[in-house]
Amino acid sequence: MTEPARGLEALHLHLWRGDRHVLKGLSFSVGPGELVHVRGPNGVGKTSLLRTLAGFLYPEEGEVRWCGQPIGADRDGYAAALAYLGHDNGLKGDLSARENLRYALGLRHAVDPAAVTATLERLGVGAVADLPARSLSAGQRRRVALARVALARASLWLLDEPFTNLDAAGSAAGAELLLEHAAGGGMALLTAHGELEAIHRPRRLELA
Amino acid sequence: MNGAGASVVSPGQAALVLISRELRLAWRRWGQSLHPVAFFLMVTTLFPLALSPESAQLRSVAAGVVWVGALLSSLLALETLFRADLDDGTLEQVVLSGQPLAALMLAKTLAHWLVSGLPLVAATPVALGALAVPAVAFGPIMLGILLGTGVLSFLGGIGAALTLGTRRGSVLLSLLILPMAMPVLIFGARAADLAVRGEPAGGGLLLLTAMLVLTVTLAPLATAAAVRICLE
Repeated sequence: MTEPARGLEALHLHLWRGDRHVLKGLSFSVGPGELVHVRGPNGVGKTSLLRTLAGFLYPEEGEVRWCGQPIGADRDGYAAALAYLGHDNGLKGDLSARENLRYALGLRHAVDPAAVTATLERLGVGAVADLPARSLSAGQRRRVALARVALARASLWLLDEPFTNLDAAGSAAGAELLLEHAAGGGMALLTAHGELEAIHRPRRLELA
Repeated sequence: MNGAGASVVSPGQAALVLISRELRLAWRRWGQSLHPVAFFLMVTTLFPLALSPESAQLRSVAAGVVWVGALLSSLLALETLFRADLDDGTLEQVVLSGQPLAALMLAKTLAHWLVSGLPLVAATPVALGALAVPAVAFGPIMLGILLGTGVLSFLGGIGAALTLGTRRGSVLLSLLILPMAMPVLIFGARAADLAVRGEPAGGGLLLLTAMLVLTVTLAPLATAAAVRICLE
């Protein structure tokens, strides 16, 4: 089988968390333009899978490959191509939404303030962009975190429950970002409880 | 989709971004930032009240008091080094920024020292004045505190990162760091004592400088590895 030149591959992942065998020989690949919806009941290991793919957790067996290379081979290069959104939004409560994005993105590339403003407005948090993130609602903070992902110039998005706390409009805006990302050749893995109706038939990866 | 060549920032630029974020955060939470230096001033200026108003006696313990105060104050400040970043998820984002993690840990620790160590240096003359130390000794002692708090910040960075996995890691952190901090305390306090007596203190200061060079170059690597472990 020929490997895709660009893309993420998981090969026979076995992951143990304490006594629990969470991932049991999981293999899949994600290519450019693909959106993958990771599904499964609570506690089945969706977050563990995403954290393994992000390189935080080391699988006991198997490996994760990016563009045909194990992710450990060029950790920083892989991280530069990756945008990760975990349970925590990665926002500093004492900084405003705009400052949060400026500093978080500034670690990766030169920041375009106009693009930051545009993305925040698109996600409906333009009006509160200069308030401390602490004073925003949980949904608004999630939207700011999604803006960070969208602005990270990453080709692979790993999103853990990206639509938690989001209302219908927020979810729709997030789904639109995902579709645009995929249309531009990007790829994304996301976990979500419900059906992703806004995304037309995403690929599904069932964990059991 | 990948960051296009020209706009990618170098590790040095990313380090500056991280330092400016840390300084801005410290400024926003200035009450919390001043806590260690307030502690240092309280400890050192309470000694004359508790011990004796006699200058000769105060002078004989001054070096030890100032150094123990600085050491404890540094330990106090260390607890906050990575904890908040871990809790709000920004530590994950720093690890996944695509920059060499050791460079960012160097920046993070340097920013921590700027916020917690440098104010101690600035507060040292007040403490020394209260302990009846002659003004000629201020320079060498402040230099010693400057070097020593630097070493403690970088050593402490390793400890703070290693104890992140434990809730309430502060006791463990102290146990872990204190043995490594002993040489700093011994040489630093000795140099300060020599300065108080009006003797040359250069030897101790040079040793502290050597320790600082060693920790600045090696500690960020260990801190980066420890941070990766704690995120597992």
